[in-house]
Amino acid sequence: MGDYLLLAWTWARASAQYRTSFVVSIVSSFAINALDVIAIGIVFTHVTTLGGFSLREVMFLYGTGGVSFALADLLFGNIERLSQHIRAGTFDTMLIRPVSPFVQMAADGFGAHRIGRLAQAAIVLGLALPVVPWSRAWMVPVMILCGIVIFTAVFTLGAALQFVLVDAPELANAFTYGGVTLTQYPLSVYGEQLVRGVTYIVPLAFVNWQPALYVLGRPDPLGLPGWLRFAAPLAALLLAGAAALAWRAGLRRYRSTGS
Amino acid sequence: MIETMSLGRDFKVRGAVVAAVHDLTFRVEAGEFVGCLGPNGAGKSTTIKMLTGILTPTRGRASVAGLDPARQRKTLARRIGVVFGQRTTLWWDLPLRDSFELVRLLYKVDRSRFTARLAELTEVLDLGPFLRTPVRQLSLGQRMRGDITAALLHDPEVLVLDEPTIGLDVVAKAEVRSFLARLNADRGTTVLLTTHDLGDVERLCRRVLLIDHGRLAFDGSVPELRALVPGQESIEDVVAHLYLSSTPAAPRTPRRTPDADPPTVTA
Repeated sequence: MGDYLLLAWTWARASAQYRTSFVVSIVSSFAINALDVIAIGIVFTHVTTLGGFSLREVMFLYGTGGVSFALADLLFGNIERLSQHIRAGTFDTMLIRPVSPFVQMAADGFGAHRIGRLAQAAIVLGLALPVVPWSRAWMVPVMILCGIVIFTAVFTLGAALQFVLVDAPELANAFTYGGVTLTQYPLSVYGEQLVRGVTYIVPLAFVNWQPALYVLGRPDPLGLPGWLRFAAPLAALLLAGAAALAWRAGLRRYRSTGS
Repeated sequence: MIETMSLGRDFKVRGAVVAAVHDLTFRVEAGEFVGCLGPNGAGKSTTIKMLTGILTPTRGRASVAGLDPARQRKTLARRIGVVFGQRTTLWWDLPLRDSFELVRLLYKVDRSRFTARLAELTEVLDLGPFLRTPVRQLSLGQRMRGDITAALLHDPEVLVLDEPTIGLDVVAKAEVRSFLARLNADRGTTVLLTTHDLGDVERLCRRVLLIDHGRLAFDGSVPELRALVPGQESIEDVVAHLYLSSTPAAPRTPRRTPDADPPTVTA
């Protein structure tokens, strides 16, 4: 933890050496993500509900999924750059330090520019909060925390895969960046098989969908068991455990570079 | 201080399993200065990476400072220093001094010990003029001195260097060499280095390990190495002759004491 903060601070200082690029990247990441919200707004100028959810409710899903992802990405997202470090040989230099290579990778190149995405998602969530009844508000921080864990685990699984398939970071991106897009809409707009897949296989449904059904007091459109909406912590722990095992297995298979 | 027992590592290359290191057995005592020679692709770097915990061995075992590198990598990291000639461990965009400060915090080096050690290394390696310069602006020679310093701030018992003089000019090379010789003589630090520069070997190494086809092909002193190929004047010619005539070697028995035995040759 201390090592993470230390390294993150160091990298933030290093990136601040390039001030213009720093400001440009914050602004552009904010703007790119704002386009997402505008797209949802445009959809609602034509319809009043999306998959049975009102604009505010969709914004709640978008905001919780977005904040979870933005925080996971800000704190640990850099882990997905593992294959670049393997190819450049810089991963070797992380392995000779008395600090977990996971922590070093996560903090490597820590860029405050990712705050742009976080700010945007937080604003959307803030605007959506009036739909949350007081008695169920406790679930909001719980689901955001579980979402961070789930996205971080998915990032880690993708990184672990890169130990074996150095050329395949794109596959992991399908689950991380694809995953965040998926969680930004009510899952009821997708096909039933996909929803079952992200509930029972890659548990992205627990990032926000299942807990949000509780928060918004909605029945499950697919009729899945009611206890699932409280299962996010369990799903997050299971996935995190799987990710930790995969990371260790990958590290043992690490083959470095030729020189 | 360093011991390997039938150490081996395989790599899968396009479906086929290739042994980069085969059945490597040797032992380095505390305070030795050992050079590791061998043609490109012979398995030197793979060996170094197994000794530092970067790579997990496929077979056999290794022990460095009494620790198993692959299993106790983080504990080992506090007891050894590692320098890669081809890549830096310093923070590219930060002043050199900041990288050292970070090493102090990551290795949990006591502040007063750190200050004393850094002052000493700054003087010996003449780092003063560029301590405040961002690493990206340093010359290769300056950067290498910085990397060596970073590897020694926690006062390791063993220093492992992978091609530390690669790309350095004559003057920078001489500085690095005389520093390493002093480190070994004055502090008794065990040094293991790989190199393609035979000047490093002649001036520094009391013992040479020649690795070829992933096996130990020679283990002995520089004069003993010369004696392998009679009639060759320069050590370059001797080694070139050995590299050219090399064939995959048969397994050999380990050499126990570095100075008492005659050299064993299978190349």
